[in-house]
Amino acid sequence: MSAQVMTHQMPGPGRLRKMMTNQRFYRAITGILVFIILWEVGARSEQWAGFAFPWIGLVPPPTAVLGAWSTVFVESSYWMSWLQSFGRVLAGFTAAVLLGVPLGLAMAVSRTFNGLAFPTFEVLRPIPPLAWVPAAIIFWPTQEMAIAFVTFLGAFYTIVINVVGGAKSIDIRYFQAAQSMGSNGADIFRRIILPGVMPSIFLGAAVGMGITWEVVVAAEMISGGGSQIGGTAGGGLGFFIWNSYLGGSYELIVVGMISIGIAGYLCSSTIRKTGTWATPWKRLR
Amino acid sequence: MSAVMNKPGKGSQNLKVNSAEMRVEGVSKSYGIAHLRENVVHNASFVIEKSKLTVMIGPSGCGKSTLIRLLAGFDKPDSGTVTIDGKPVKGPDRDRLVVFQESALFPWMNTYDNIMYGPRARGEVDDETKALAEFLLDKVGLTQFRNKFPSQLSGGMQRRAELARAMINFPRVMILDEPFRGLDAMTKELMWEYYAGLYEESRRTNFFVTTDIDEAIFLADRLLIMTNIPTQVRAVLEVDLPRPRNLKELLESDRANEIKMEALGILHEEAMKSFSSGSAAASDFIEAYSKRVKKKG
Ligand SMILES: Nc1ncnc2c1ncn2[C@@H]1O[C@H](COP(=O)(O)OP(=O)(O)OP(=O)(O)O)[C@@H](O)[C@H]1O
Ligand SMILES: [Mg+2]
Repeated sequence: MSAQVMTHQMPGPGRLRKMMTNQRFYRAITGILVFIILWEVGARSEQWAGFAFPWIGLVPPPTAVLGAWSTVFVESSYWMSWLQSFGRVLAGFTAAVLLGVPLGLAMAVSRTFNGLAFPTFEVLRPIPPLAWVPAAIIFWPTQEMAIAFVTFLGAFYTIVINVVGGAKSIDIRYFQAAQSMGSNGADIFRRIILPGVMPSIFLGAAVGMGITWEVVVAAEMISGGGSQIGGTAGGGLGFFIWNSYLGGSYELIVVGMISIGIAGYLCSSTIRKTGTWATPWKRLR
Repeated sequence: MSAVMNKPGKGSQNLKVNSAEMRVEGVSKSYGIAHLRENVVHNASFVIEKSKLTVMIGPSGCGKSTLIRLLAGFDKPDSGTVTIDGKPVKGPDRDRLVVFQESALFPWMNTYDNIMYGPRARGEVDDETKALAEFLLDKVGLTQFRNKFPSQLSGGMQRRAELARAMINFPRVMILDEPFRGLDAMTKELMWEYYAGLYEESRRTNFFVTTDIDEAIFLADRLLIMTNIPTQVRAVLEVDLPRPRNLKELLESDRANEIKMEALGILHEEAMKSFSSGSAAASDFIEAYSKRVKKKG
């Protein structure tokens, strides 16, 4: 395959890149296909080997999962779960960025503020977001807000820590150079500190987004359907999985898991793309 | 060309008129605490003469960058005074501009934005400044690379972009800390010619630090030879060679070789002194030095 391509005339940089991405693309497809086939064969081990293989033999095969998926695919409640989880992730994550980035910058820029805020921050930070769930349900008026709050915590600490660290690691010579060219505080902040921490902001956001999905799923499982406790809250992909478990539909559990995988991938690749766009100097030549 | 460099429109910014003189008097500086405290600069005194290119040469690690931080105002001397046109240096200011040992171009700005950093910081962006930016881009051969980020430039291009970024600010004193260290021999020699050309056109006060004797003699009007750590000026040589200089002529010039041998002799003595006190840098230097002397015959 690659040998054929190689016989063409000298590949230019654009063509070369396309070739490489193609190769990577085919590799990925091959890997996924092999994984699915192994899964199918293993899951059906009871039928062809006479006994269920440990672990994999108890998992529903991909074809069954696909079947279950096609039935929920047309149901609005399935898409409602997507929407609810996305809404919570987005709300928590956006709040984390909006509060975390300025807080991190303030802690990096002002020694006084850092002295005031850092100790409290460091005491609260080790508390896992999920440990907040019961307290959050008590002190937030609606369950929806409680879940969004816990989700927010997941991303918040990571973003703040990354922003502070990113700002601290800016080369001191950039500040010295800026000063000797007549730059003042506000100008240095806007043209040195902000772009200097930009890569760290996106790094923190990407990691934070991952944590956000972990947290939202767990929070949805813990808080349950919601409607029976009162209020319109509840649901979401985490609850979808939990509900399928309670209902004994193993296929739908897997459908829920894969859905979360896809959702998480969509979110983190969006952040990565935005990050590449916002920090063009980080791209290679 | 030199008309553009002199920016006649803004009289106060005419560089030939507005260069400054710097004086370092009895300056000492130590780093570290308690028994780890090390005296880096000891009672150093010298003058950076107005509109001249003063080159400081000294063994690696003797305290040259430390002196530059004191001149720039990034750091304060423990004792002694640093003045510019008689006024004490209080901190970094646009009248003294430093080109650092390693590239300090802002990685998030392209070549043009890097060069325009100073004018934008001071709100001095007018047609004249823009024209000057174009002129400097052309002068350092980077017009084609104006939209590239520093990471997309070669080492030599980065150094040239940094020279342009410094020049556009019309500093009254330009301070350069081994700006061409780490470049290959060919690029280095090209850079000397670029830089000497820029200096000859502007004739502003320049202070250039190096460890390379050929670089020093090619560029200098005055040569300050430093002692090993704790450093102070050991000797001052006037490099009275005609400008513009050319590498080949310099190699054949008796006067240039005379100055070089004198400088090397002093540096050698310095190295021997620290060699007897067991400095690794000194033994490196002696090895390099003996090779040079053999080559010269
Ligand atoms: N901020 C600092 N804290 C502690 N020690 C320092 C500091 N700056 C410099 N020194 C010490 O001062 C000495 C001289 O350093 P400096 O960088 O001034 O040398 P240099 O002459 O510029 O060397 P080179 O030619 O290798 O750049 C070194 O021994 C170094 O360890
Ligand atoms: Mg140095």
